[in-house]
Amino acid sequence: MSPEFSEQTKKKLQEIIARYPQKRAALLPVLHLAQREFGRISFEEEKAVASLLEIKPIEVREVVTFYSMFMREPVGKYHIQVCSNLSCAILGAENLIDYLKEKLGIGLGETTADQKFTLTTVECLGACEYAPCMMINFDYYGNLDQSKIDEILDKLE
Amino acid sequence: MNEKILSKLFDVEQAHKIDVYLEKKGYQAVRKAVEKMTPELILEEVKNASLRGRGGAGFPAGVKWGFVPKGVDKPKYLCVNADEGEPGTFKDKYIMSYNPHLLIEGIIITSYCVGIHKAYIYIRGEYENIALRLEEAIAEAEDKGYLGKNILNSGFDLDLFVHRGAGAYVCGEETALLESLEGKRGNPRLKPPFPASIGLFNCPTVINNVETLSNVPSIILNGADWFCQVGLPKDGGTRIFGVSGMVKKPGVYELPIGSSLKEIIFDHAGGMKEGKELKAVIPGGMSAPVLTADEIDIKMDFDSLVEAKSMLGSAAIIVIDTDTSMIDVLRLVTKFYAHESCGQCTPCRIGNNWIRKTVNRIASGEGRKEDLDNIIRLANNILGKTLCPLGDAAAMPIISIVQKFRQELESYMRN
Repeated sequence: MSPEFSEQTKKKLQEIIARYPQKRAALLPVLHLAQREFGRISFEEEKAVASLLEIKPIEVREVVTFYSMFMREPVGKYHIQVCSNLSCAILGAENLIDYLKEKLGIGLGETTADQKFTLTTVECLGACEYAPCMMINFDYYGNLDQSKIDEILDKLE
Repeated sequence: MNEKILSKLFDVEQAHKIDVYLEKKGYQAVRKAVEKMTPELILEEVKNASLRGRGGAGFPAGVKWGFVPKGVDKPKYLCVNADEGEPGTFKDKYIMSYNPHLLIEGIIITSYCVGIHKAYIYIRGEYENIALRLEEAIAEAEDKGYLGKNILNSGFDLDLFVHRGAGAYVCGEETALLESLEGKRGNPRLKPPFPASIGLFNCPTVINNVETLSNVPSIILNGADWFCQVGLPKDGGTRIFGVSGMVKKPGVYELPIGSSLKEIIFDHAGGMKEGKELKAVIPGGMSAPVLTADEIDIKMDFDSLVEAKSMLGSAAIIVIDTDTSMIDVLRLVTKFYAHESCGQCTPCRIGNNWIRKTVNRIASGEGRKEDLDNIIRLANNILGKTLCPLGDAAAMPIISIVQKFRQELESYMRN
């Protein structure tokens, strides 16, 4: 069954669609909202978004699979994305990625058994002045080292 | 002269709120533009100011606006490029976080000049918190009558919206950005036609970077001559240089265009971290060809960097030390472009992955004698052979790293 948007989100969706002369243009913002509401954009979610914007499900899928921020399957409660690009790597990002893998007991792209953490790497986050940096959900953390990572993760419930 | 055009309010508490911004003489440029200036006069002033695009390509903003055809019976659009995906770049984040109303002022004046009534800020998806801040600033500006219908009783209307991307470097390329904004994959378009005539929703469209537009209010208030005096006659104003890597004080530094790269690194950014020695510098975001330590006595303006066979790009300076191996740098550069190629053009899609595999082989100690020449050959087969500049952006740094650090790279080869 197609997932249903909440009433509150429905209102917001109409407001967003009205910003554009063509409904399809609202696709990325609508997908962001859908992902927030349903935790993933898989087949059923694609269909719901397609019917809302009056486009074909395949037109949604080709977009979902193009952009790295849309998740086909739900991630853990905290999605840790560590920058593995140059400025961060110069300051030791790759060692920190190894440290996180070991600490969480998971590989890249994996989620811990308790569904708490998902670990991925990401290309430049635009926070090179705080390299090495990472993003947990939408919060940025920078000037990382092992003890700082311990401290940050310990605070997450 | 060390004028601060963009970063003046970065240290002022709550400057992102419109009341504070107005106290600091905010929105005077908009008032002057719509009350005292014609669109033609504004265009003339911006052209004379030699305001060159801050996103990377350095195209003169006024000339770009001038390409929008007149008398066309279609709506026109402004797309603000806030994608900021070029590795090493984090400058627009500061403007949008600490001085969003300056950007909004630039958007209003540009739209008034070109006859645009709808504008979108295309911001990278990861900047969610900044997108929220921009939306708050837009709502404040609407409340005070600077956006919406009949702005300051001038009869001019403008609606402004924030549109979030979703993690694709290529969407910083202007035609990919348009595709993305239309709800499609970010595959760049063939040019011509240029967006000025056929852009968003097939309508005439202006696309400018955040920093570019944020310079417009100061040009309106102080004039083109002043702007050129701050920078250079053919390259006016300042740049926000973002310094990262192995320096003591990484961060943003707004300095006149033409400032010395050496001074930016060693004076402003505090020089190398304790015990570290300079090896190489990427002067304009990852796409810019690398400079060796003895090539940094150079002025940071578009033309000087072209002369040095590199580019000013987004003015993002990545500082590399002697403990960082160039095979690692090359590995990270190739990983990035192979990952971010949209896949549309074969040379970029296949070439970048082939280069990445070859570089990874060298990095793992299994490099072959012919690998470096093959990398150069592959890169030359990408250069100039793709629809959009992503191909060049990949090939240029790769070629420069192999040519300038060949000896070091050869030392990683098998036997």
